[in-house]
Amino acid sequence: MNTKELTKGIFKENPIFIIMLGMCPTLAVSTQVWNAIGMGAGVIFVLLGSNIFISLLKNIIPDSIRIPSYIVIIASFVTILEMVMHAFMVDLYNALGIYLSLIVVNCIILGRAEAFANKNSVLDSALDAIGMGVGFTLGLTLIAAIREIFGAGTITLINLGDINVVFEVPGLSESPIRVLALSAGALLVMGYLKAFFTWYTAKNEKKAKEAK
Amino acid sequence: MSYIGILVTYIFVNNFILVKFMGICPFIGVSKNSESAIGMGVAVTFVTAVASVACWAVYYGLLAPFGLEYLRTISFILVIAALVQLVEMVIRKMSPSLYKALGIYLPLITTNCAVLGIAIINIDNGYNLLQSFVAGIAAGLGFTMAIVLMANLREKLEMTPVRKAFVGVPITFISAGIMALAFMAFDSSLITNLGLA
Repeated sequence: MNTKELTKGIFKENPIFIIMLGMCPTLAVSTQVWNAIGMGAGVIFVLLGSNIFISLLKNIIPDSIRIPSYIVIIASFVTILEMVMHAFMVDLYNALGIYLSLIVVNCIILGRAEAFANKNSVLDSALDAIGMGVGFTLGLTLIAAIREIFGAGTITLINLGDINVVFEVPGLSESPIRVLALSAGALLVMGYLKAFFTWYTAKNEKKAKEAK
Repeated sequence: MSYIGILVTYIFVNNFILVKFMGICPFIGVSKNSESAIGMGVAVTFVTAVASVACWAVYYGLLAPFGLEYLRTISFILVIAALVQLVEMVIRKMSPSLYKALGIYLPLITTNCAVLGIAIINIDNGYNLLQSFVAGIAAGLGFTMAIVLMANLREKLEMTPVRKAFVGVPITFISAGIMALAFMAFDSSLITNLGLA
């Protein structure tokens, strides 16, 4: 088993912070940790399904119409996801709203289909999908955690209507930095996090060079 | 909602980039100089306007009468992909100079969230055909405004000393965040106060 395919998406090629794909849902649904986890789970499902299918069909799909074919496969999985979520998790479905349908145009999924699944074996494509999906979820959860803790003073781990797990951060829940919960906050947090990761990668590279 | 109300809503109050975050990828990718930003903006405005009408027609003409609403996502994305291809061919035939200016941006628009986004928003809000068309134009204009403003800002930022870790994308996000703060002045009360609801 090739564990490299699994782990590369989590840090080295993290879809959010390093390759910078799939920004729209990242910024829009990162207001609550629970929304981020739900969105991440949705993306993992669609990415896994589409990567496996595209990898299976890679010898059948003609090259000239591959992009429309990929889009149809991806859109089918998104439709399945929408229907399942609507049936079993209405609150999450409403919270994610239009961004759930917009998974179709999430660049990560088409990007992985084009860059990986149409050249590699089914197993490798599945591992790649899980790695990339988990990396996306972790990045999204990180942004959501920062925005929710500082912007609202809470951490919503589960919010299913009947079952709620919400922690309050003492001191912050009375007077949160509300701007972080608003749309401007998403862009600011993203900018500072990206700067942090650029700085961190540069530092590691420098260290590696000196070690040589 | 009145037509002017829709126009103001999607240009200012619900600006697609700064408030709804739809179309962030081209916003970051193509905002390096104002010329290409204008090209991208015009191309997106054109496609959102046509796609709004086409998706509205597909939804109410094909899907709704046969109870196939669940096929909305898959049919809209196909309509948009076909439309972008068609627009590309028509522009290439009719106006080679316009094609030269927009050519490279057109294929990118298929995967622009803004186009699918406005098509779905039109249906969710129950707009009629003309309202959808106006909303499509307004969404495109809002996108154009944000991306052109950003491109001008970035041209200035090029000449400004910025800390090494912030060069490029991070500073663009932070500038966009500050722009979004300014846009918070436009909220839904603007529509009510102007009597456009």
